[in-house]
Amino acid sequence: MSRRQPVIIPVQNGRFLVVMLFLGLCVTALFARAIDLQVLRKDFYQHQGDVRQVRTMEIAASRGKILDRNGVPLAISTPVDSIWVNPQELLKAADRLPELARILAVDVEELSQRIARRSEREFVYVKRHASPALAEQVMAIELPGVHLEREYRRFYPAGEVTAHLLGITNIDDRGQEGLELAFDDWLQGTRGSKRVIQDRYKRVIENIEQIAEASPGKDLVTSIDSRIQYLAYRELRDAVQEFQAISASAVVLDVPTGEVLAIVNQPSYNPNQRQKDYQRMRNRAVTDFFEPGSVMKPFTIAAALESDAFTVQTQVSTSPGYFQLGEYKISDFRDFGTLDLTGILTKSSNVGVSKVALELESRHMWSLLNRMGFGQVTGSGFPGETPGLLPDSSRWNDVEKSAISRGYGLTTTPLQLAQAYSVIAGAGKMRAPTFVKGAVNPAHSVIDPQLASQLQWMLQQVTAADGTGHRAAIKYYRVAGKTGTSRKATDGGYESRYMATFAGMAPSDMPRLVIVVSINDPASDVYYGGQLAAPVFSRIMAGTLRLLDIPPDDLGMDARTVASGQMP
Amino acid sequence: MIAAQSLQRMSRRMFNRPRLDWPLVGLIMATVALGMVILYSASEGDSQLVIKQGVRFLIGLAVMFVISHLPPTQMRHLTPFLYVVGIVLLLIVAFAGVGTGAQRWLNLGVARFQPSELLKLSVPMMMAWYLHSRSYPPSLRTTLSSLVIVVIPAVLIYQQPDLGTAILVAISGLFVLFLSGLSWRLIISLAVAAAALSPILWNAMHEYQKNRVLMFLDPEADPLGRGWNIIQSKIAVGSGGLTGKGWQQGTQAHLEFLPEKSTDFILATFAEEFGLMGVLVLFSLYMLIIWRGLVIAMAAKDCYSRLLSGALVLTFFVYVAVNAGMVSGLLPVVGVPLPLVSYGGTSMVSLMAGFGVIMSIYAHRKFISSDR
Repeated sequence: MSRRQPVIIPVQNGRFLVVMLFLGLCVTALFARAIDLQVLRKDFYQHQGDVRQVRTMEIAASRGKILDRNGVPLAISTPVDSIWVNPQELLKAADRLPELARILAVDVEELSQRIARRSEREFVYVKRHASPALAEQVMAIELPGVHLEREYRRFYPAGEVTAHLLGITNIDDRGQEGLELAFDDWLQGTRGSKRVIQDRYKRVIENIEQIAEASPGKDLVTSIDSRIQYLAYRELRDAVQEFQAISASAVVLDVPTGEVLAIVNQPSYNPNQRQKDYQRMRNRAVTDFFEPGSVMKPFTIAAALESDAFTVQTQVSTSPGYFQLGEYKISDFRDFGTLDLTGILTKSSNVGVSKVALELESRHMWSLLNRMGFGQVTGSGFPGETPGLLPDSSRWNDVEKSAISRGYGLTTTPLQLAQAYSVIAGAGKMRAPTFVKGAVNPAHSVIDPQLASQLQWMLQQVTAADGTGHRAAIKYYRVAGKTGTSRKATDGGYESRYMATFAGMAPSDMPRLVIVVSINDPASDVYYGGQLAAPVFSRIMAGTLRLLDIPPDDLGMDARTVASGQMP
Repeated sequence: MIAAQSLQRMSRRMFNRPRLDWPLVGLIMATVALGMVILYSASEGDSQLVIKQGVRFLIGLAVMFVISHLPPTQMRHLTPFLYVVGIVLLLIVAFAGVGTGAQRWLNLGVARFQPSELLKLSVPMMMAWYLHSRSYPPSLRTTLSSLVIVVIPAVLIYQQPDLGTAILVAISGLFVLFLSGLSWRLIISLAVAAAALSPILWNAMHEYQKNRVLMFLDPEADPLGRGWNIIQSKIAVGSGGLTGKGWQQGTQAHLEFLPEKSTDFILATFAEEFGLMGVLVLFSLYMLIIWRGLVIAMAAKDCYSRLLSGALVLTFFVYVAVNAGMVSGLLPVVGVPLPLVSYGGTSMVSLMAGFGVIMSIYAHRKFISSDR
């Protein structure tokens, strides 16, 4: 049969030619395409490739440490891993979600709903700040679309002790309260960035180059002495427990510099756990104002001494222990008879101080209080600081003037009070309290140095054996200070709830420290500042003097025993 | 003695006489070697995989060697049998096949086998068998009945569903028809008829097949879903540039952006790593194989051999062209591997069997007409 067919062959060769022509066309088209893609549009496709593979990634920067004045860390940042997922990829392996949920110890339903709700996105956190061990476990199951991100978590070694002072950062490492907020820009690092090659599943395959280095935040050296901070915290906490007070604050100021050595409050909270209880989170020593009561009396006396109408020896009759001012009756604890100005302070005579105030020009009294910083923020820069309230003298009548002379009708904060007492302690010089060690802190004179030392001497008598503040006394040191017990104002009057305060300084005659202690609403029968706040002041002051190696200035009768080496 | 003598004669026939077209064998080996080089890279240095591919090539070589010793006359006699076996296997696959998504495989216990690969060879053989003894040029009746030979397996394969292979099988049969001297008038009227039928075909297509065509027309419309393959492949090819990124340096392939990087889209991996230069070398090899195949086809003395070998060479070319067109975004993604290079078993063996047929035709070119 095949031998019958040779006639076909030449024609078929014609067909072969057609075929070759067709082949040639196809090959030409393919080559043209290859040149089109690989030569003419090469740059476009290389760019397209880079767009998909090369990514700029942020590098987390660690936040600066917060240190106490001796370099003890108060807040540090530790690296943690946050786990995030790309729902578009993870949902492809939706059947393996239970594995992830089990490791993260979360409800499977909840997790899958959370991811499903965000299925349009490419980035969803499933666990922030996981421990390295947990992160490792999660990555070990090799789920698609599950990734880690390096972050930093804040840790506060002193916990509750420094909680109010330092505040907290949020989950994104930004300061929210306290010094963390006040110095956020300083502490915060600058995030870096790097160019990386990622594969289709966003895994980083290679680091190409660093665009900007992540620079860690700067450390903040605070004025705080953590030893004093701990001491003050412990004393305050014990007092609050003992007297079942609602809250309490204490401030320790370094007089020559205005630096805050300690600032503590009760109740406190653990900043390392993030349960939000705003009642516990306020730095009450700065944010809460109160009517100070008798601790204001030294300032009335100061205004009197400034006025030429009074000297230290001026006698004021307080008999019979009360007097009527309009419809108000102003009374003392008992009839103190005739007192000089020092006596008015040591006995804390309401009658005496009112009579003195009524002799003074309102404007002048206001001016002194104003110079002492009342009614203004201290300039400490602490977030949420309240200025308190000092009513303008133009609105004062005799009743108000008398009230203000006794520390009512105006409000202040423990920090502001400490600042005012540091004027008395620091030769009439005023400084803004500061939380930063070694900060430039210019002082300006607000009262005569002579007057300041007069007041110091007068306040020393308060802590003498027969003074109201005798419980504030410290053996071997001369302590000056003033008690305060104020009834708390409520709607329509004052009720029998109290604020017990003690503000004082040591050692005289060149006081290095001012400490203010205030205890709010003790439930106990004892509520006088001299009974509650003075002993706490005394213990904090004694410990601080010792910690700072400040030599005793009142060896007095015991001088010989010290000299013979028998001092305890 | 007699048995020993015939054995001796047989072995002489197998080994002493040169049956292989050495230039063609050399070109095939060079192409496969190049393919294994890129396969090593595409598989992330998986030498096991490359060895497996090598073993398949050796099996293919053995198949080629055996077939090349089969005289075309014997092949011709076997043709109807092979064709019927192929159809039966396809029917079995339709009812008892395995595979994910599509039923294409037959599990033979030791290996899985894709019967459609057998049809790639037996359809052109059957066409050549049917047409070689008919009058020239084929009459309309002959043409239409020959189309049945093509349509039955094409439909069965399309049902699996495997559109790509169905088209390739149909094309290999149509090439025989074309080479047999089908009149241009008939060709044109058939083309017009096909064009008229295409809307019906479109409606009969599966959703995923329609999507493939639509996405081919506008891949950017769904860059993360259906357009992904084409876009990533074009990026791989284009970013390779003139000289390529270097062996094992292709970012598209190695960062998992490129799908099917060692099978259907291995050409994109190749183009990315070896650039236009590499593509030119690879295509030169393919063109030389096709050139050599056509020379052999034209030198064939009988009609059956000529039709068959011509159609096989053309089908080989279509594989290359369709794969290259797909990878470069000129044609839809139809799932055609790059012959001799893509990783995969059955297609390698069936290709080598096809070359075996061509070798046999080459080896027997002088003896056919005498019909020894």
